[in-house]
Amino acid sequence: MRPWIEKQRYLIDYTLAALARRKARNLGLLAVYALLVFMLASVSLFGQALRQEAAAVLADSPEVILQRLVAGRHDLIPPGYLEKIGRIRGVQHQQGRLWGYYYDPVSKANYTLLVPAAEAPAPGHLRLGATLARERGLQAGQPLSLRSYGGKLFTFTVDEVLPASSELISADLVLLGEADFRAFFDYPAGHYTDIALSVANPQEVRNVAAKLSAALPDARPILREEMRRTYASLLDWREGIALALLAAALLAFAILAWEKASGLSADERREIGILKAIGWETGDVLRMKLWEGLLISFSAFLLGLVGAYVHVFHFGARLFEPVLKGWAVLYPRFTLVPQLDGLQLFTLFFFTVVPYTAAVLVPIWRAAIIDPDAAMRG
Amino acid sequence: MLFQPSVIALLLAATLSLVMVAAAAPFAWQILRRWDLGSGSELQLQLERRTYLFSTLAAFVCASQLLALLLFVFTADRLSAMFVGAMCAVGALNAHAWGFPALLLQVALFFLAALWLVLNHVDTRARNYPLVRLKYALLLGLTPLLALSAWLQWSYFRGLKADIITSCCGSLFSGDSNHGVAGEMAGLAPLPAMLWFYGSLGLAALLTAWHAWSGRLGLLAGLSSGGAFVGGIAGIVSFLSLYLYEHPHHHCPFCILKPEYDYQGYALYLPLFAATAAGMGSGVLQLVRRVRGLEQIAPAASRRLATVAAWGFGLLLCLAAGMMAGSRLVLLEP
Repeated sequence: MRPWIEKQRYLIDYTLAALARRKARNLGLLAVYALLVFMLASVSLFGQALRQEAAAVLADSPEVILQRLVAGRHDLIPPGYLEKIGRIRGVQHQQGRLWGYYYDPVSKANYTLLVPAAEAPAPGHLRLGATLARERGLQAGQPLSLRSYGGKLFTFTVDEVLPASSELISADLVLLGEADFRAFFDYPAGHYTDIALSVANPQEVRNVAAKLSAALPDARPILREEMRRTYASLLDWREGIALALLAAALLAFAILAWEKASGLSADERREIGILKAIGWETGDVLRMKLWEGLLISFSAFLLGLVGAYVHVFHFGARLFEPVLKGWAVLYPRFTLVPQLDGLQLFTLFFFTVVPYTAAVLVPIWRAAIIDPDAAMRG
Repeated sequence: MLFQPSVIALLLAATLSLVMVAAAAPFAWQILRRWDLGSGSELQLQLERRTYLFSTLAAFVCASQLLALLLFVFTADRLSAMFVGAMCAVGALNAHAWGFPALLLQVALFFLAALWLVLNHVDTRARNYPLVRLKYALLLGLTPLLALSAWLQWSYFRGLKADIITSCCGSLFSGDSNHGVAGEMAGLAPLPAMLWFYGSLGLAALLTAWHAWSGRLGLLAGLSSGGAFVGGIAGIVSFLSLYLYEHPHHHCPFCILKPEYDYQGYALYLPLFAATAAGMGSGVLQLVRRVRGLEQIAPAASRRLATVAAWGFGLLLCLAAGMMAGSRLVLLEP
């Protein structure tokens, strides 16, 4: 084993020296390569962080949400509906929820108005999401006037701005009391927007949903795990599309790598010729060239990955934000939780190092089989 | 479900491998028909030069197949979150008829690729290209398998639809013998399964160690390595998984790869696969040790590989014993 390691060490040593002799060319290739890894890694890291964020948001949502449909459209839950569901085994509690959307012409954005299940604000008071508060320049204690859809002006006092840590879910959120909510939207008494059910045993969720649809044919149960799956596959799909588009860049890079590797300069030809004349075999030249490719690959991979990490987790992935995150007037500001995962790194490695290595194999071999006398004479 | 990053990477690797071996196939055919080391003809010189290229290409393909197995299992495990009723890779693999065939073929390709790499290694170290015909004949044999594997993976991933209700590992490895080999393995009583597991792995460890030390019984060491792979997988399914989950009926060989179980599966599978590949490679080298030019090289390489295999099997035995000792499950009453 030792002689083998020694031999590889000398080969690497020689290769590094040879790379350093042609700095400009190799640095150029390294830069392009690292840029490619950077782009792919940014997309991948950002997608993963968003998936994580979505899963964290959904972790605390109710297991089942029941909506009533009229002509295929979401409709209000009429009085007596909750009672009709009755007692379903496995459901811990069920509760009517009140929420709605409000378009505010001042900030040209949609707000979500919600009556919290516990600790609802006192009449005439409300609590605001941080993004919204920033947009309207509001702080706790200041008044907020909203014109209802009925044309009446309502003025509320801001009790509190919700903590920034919850911004991903509370960006456009307005929390207010039930009486204010019903008065503001002119909501019919006894009606609810939808019903939230919590189910303790995750394996019972599907049975509960089946019972609900049997008991209430006009209702639509929405499961938390379905939402989670939808988010995950949506983000995966966006990431996949972004990567597929970048595949064109990958191809261009493979062509560049091929060109770079096959365009041997006269110096290099002479160098290989001399190496062979002093006893190097074709296999040795091949190995030396493979080491060259590996060294460039790994350096570019590391550089690109570190760059992408900084880009995503310190600068919020400015470049790819619109593609992966979606957009809204009141878009939450949130910091992504830095994390790397094995599958991601492995996938990335497959995406970048494998095509590069494949592209340079033929040119490397061409270089390795040069005849020493021809090379030195030419 | 084609637009998943890891799926794209897998398909990319499969396509690249296929393109490369397809490009090498005509050359391999030419080698089989026209190779003649004694001749000094232009053609022979050209063939000798080209064998460097195609050996490197094939080595690259084989190496990428080794990595592809890991990526495939990784991906199946991750995709399981997309299916109703799937909890680990089993659910994702069951979600389409070609899931398990694709995995099994990838495992087979893993070992074939590893053996090819071993042969290639000793061949490149000899001066007279002793195994060149064998190598390229094997490469021609690998080509349809690679094509089949690429096709299986393509149809599997394309056929995956996110709302399929699939069956989870509990029903496949439930031990009621209704599900073919998997059920049979899970249904083994703990004591015979343990005897088989420790017996086959212990035998393989001893034989490979003996071969590494004395240079004898190489073929037997290779065969016992193959047997140890079967025994190892059967042991993991039938009793080792139970100890890891601390649950008397959960036999799944994939859930142990999950973070909930501290990725302990990788600690078992990596030495098992590496030791099996090394052990079988060592056995295969015994078959070619009398080929002219390899009299020195093949036995030495065979013993080195046997050392790796012996360490791998030994490590696996210690790990398995440690996991059983550390578990709170009691399968065998004293």
